[in-house]
Amino acid sequence: MRKNLDIISAYSIMLGLIILVGFLQSWSMALSILCLCLISAVMTMGANIQWGYAGLINFGIMGYTALGGLAAVLVSVPPVREAWQVGGFNMILCAFLIAFMVFSIRFIMKKYNQSKKRSYGIAAIIIVGLILLRLISAPAIESIESVSPATTGFLGGMGLPILFSWIVGAFFAGALAYIIGKIALGLRADYLAIATLLISEIVISVIKHEDWLARGVKNVIGLKRPVPYEVDLQSKEWFINLVEKFNQGTLNLITNTLERQEALKQLIIESSTVFVKLCFAGLFTIVVIILLIITQKALYSPWGRMMRAIRDNEEAANAMGKNVVKQHLLIFVLGSAIVGIAGAMMVTYDGLFTPGSYRPMRYTFLIWVMVIVGGSGNNFGAILGGFAVWFLWVEAAPIALFLINFFTSGLEETNAFRVHLVNSIPYFRFLMMGIGLLLIMRYRPKGILPEKIKHI
Amino acid sequence: MDSLNAIVLLLNYLFVPALSYGSQLALGAIFVSLIYGILRFAYFTAGDLMSFGTMFTILFTWYFQSIGINLGFLPTALLAMPFGIIITILYVLAKDKLVFSYYRTQKSPPVMLAMVSIGTMFVTQAIVRIIIGPFDRRFFDGEKFILKANEFKEMTGLNEGLTIKSTQVITLVVTVVVVSILFWFLNRTKTGKSMRAYSDNEDLALLSGIDPKKVVMITWVIAAILATIGGALYGLDKSFKPFTYFNNMLPIFAAAIVGGIGNPFGAFLGGYVIAFSEILLTYAYKKFFVYLLPESLEPDGLLQLLSTDYKFAVSFSILVVVLLFRPSGIFKGKVL
Repeated sequence: MRKNLDIISAYSIMLGLIILVGFLQSWSMALSILCLCLISAVMTMGANIQWGYAGLINFGIMGYTALGGLAAVLVSVPPVREAWQVGGFNMILCAFLIAFMVFSIRFIMKKYNQSKKRSYGIAAIIIVGLILLRLISAPAIESIESVSPATTGFLGGMGLPILFSWIVGAFFAGALAYIIGKIALGLRADYLAIATLLISEIVISVIKHEDWLARGVKNVIGLKRPVPYEVDLQSKEWFINLVEKFNQGTLNLITNTLERQEALKQLIIESSTVFVKLCFAGLFTIVVIILLIITQKALYSPWGRMMRAIRDNEEAANAMGKNVVKQHLLIFVLGSAIVGIAGAMMVTYDGLFTPGSYRPMRYTFLIWVMVIVGGSGNNFGAILGGFAVWFLWVEAAPIALFLINFFTSGLEETNAFRVHLVNSIPYFRFLMMGIGLLLIMRYRPKGILPEKIKHI
Repeated sequence: MDSLNAIVLLLNYLFVPALSYGSQLALGAIFVSLIYGILRFAYFTAGDLMSFGTMFTILFTWYFQSIGINLGFLPTALLAMPFGIIITILYVLAKDKLVFSYYRTQKSPPVMLAMVSIGTMFVTQAIVRIIIGPFDRRFFDGEKFILKANEFKEMTGLNEGLTIKSTQVITLVVTVVVVSILFWFLNRTKTGKSMRAYSDNEDLALLSGIDPKKVVMITWVIAAILATIGGALYGLDKSFKPFTYFNNMLPIFAAAIVGGIGNPFGAFLGGYVIAFSEILLTYAYKKFFVYLLPESLEPDGLLQLLSTDYKFAVSFSILVVVLLFRPSGIFKGKVL
């Protein structure tokens, strides 16, 4: 108990802050902060596995998040039959062509030794393949995108429950990570950071501009939810009874029946949003707890010890017969898959997929701030970082407003300087993040909850 | 006549824009490369430092415009640039003193410094947005075109016009001047040589009595100068928006790595490699071939290799290819 005192106290403070938001602002707000905190926690766990366990820098988190979101679309949206009819065959042909290209290149790489001839052969396969792809796919894409472009204009998905996408998203992200890992893991740390950052930008630009896949920047809206809808809830009898029971005290004070009906209606509307968010929070908490158990077990298993050995001294681990390259690739894939889950969760929560909103600031650098602030190498720390940083990110505006009003209270309301500051409140969150990160890195470089290594 | 038309077409839509964009990238890539070579970390604040310098250039431009000072047909920003540079230099030196020097004395690994530079990136971004806001700003004044399409058509009697904006010429001239001064400084002066020695082998340089503080300080000063000039030129040519500057960090890094990170001359060329490949691969060549080929062979499609949406993706793919086959960059990095 005493051993984990810091963890318990840090988490109680965090929970207390969120409850405080519930009392001061609104419960709906507090719950949405909680939900996004949980999603951020999943992302930081993914990044933490790579950075904390193995020392790999992955600045491509944005790309995996977007792929997870793409999975949510491809799994849950019902298929657009018309689009499949006009262009489905060609697209499947393209998929086979790509597979054929990859396998033939692999075959050549394995079969022949490195030589000029081989390089030319591979180049020829790639060029011919690309031209063929272009020729096959161009008319298909055009006809797919012209199928009622205002609502669909894409191939659609599989029409399965969206919860499946959390697993599919993990597979998507893991597959991408496998490719990137094969390409880039041999690079030095900071090269790897830049390479992954740029590759994630490529992923985003593909998702943004291939409209046949997921409508690109036209966004997919109205994704199915794994939890009930507010409108349905409001007409359900058990829910109305539940709300009535909870608010017995306040309702009894109102004697007028008509007013009482009105008040109840208002309460039902409010509590339906809270209820929905509560359901989401419950689902996300289950995911976080499962992942936490798995990652904790992994961290203290022989495998986790090996990862730490590789992180702390690669050459020594290599000399002990550990396959560093393979383990790096494995952990890169695992971490990215977890981030993919988070991406799918986020789209599920929002109910819409907006490729235009994936920006490195929010989805890569902010996640890294969370990992560093929370404590790399410690799963509890990573989750706490996700919570604390997201909380600050959301609540930065009210805090900044309070501080500005406090420090400029001597100036008049209409003072130009004060008005300018108040208008630029949204940007104070960057300032807080930056200063927070710099302070943590300077005075507590291992994070709020530093890594603890059990010695057996 | 048709072949001349085709050449002018390419000049107008490909060569001239790529040259000016490449120069702007090159200026950024050089200082990223310098910082990598001497301070030994990836400087993620690059794009935002450029927007910081540009912001002060804009503020001074507005000030000069309000008191009625201008440079006639040249943009006022050229006059404001030195003041912007001075403030940026003060800013980076303060940042170095407050933030980076600690990690240098601690001999932290480069990864740590890169993370710290992410922290300063957040701070710089916040400062820029708080002071000038996130909106699009244009601060160009003076003569807009040196050569207009119509004038060119009249002059030569060709079908295709050639437009040369004055900002493009200014960009090119300033880049040539600044880069030649920089390379003269690095290759001919004692301080420059000591910087190269420091980059090459830190311990040996320290043994031979080179003052590391001076080397670091001069690196930051050069970085601030290049960042402000590059940023201001980009802003003059296109427009100033903090978000695009942050995004420009990516092609700048691509240019620096393609040219061999740590090697300023490579970075300089890398900027052009990135710019030209971006524009060459996303340009629709239909009109070009219409001029060159006989009518019977006229192409149907746009003859565009990639849609313009993939502009950024092109430069990053080049980077990935370079990293795969020549990890030290085209021009061998880490020699300065």
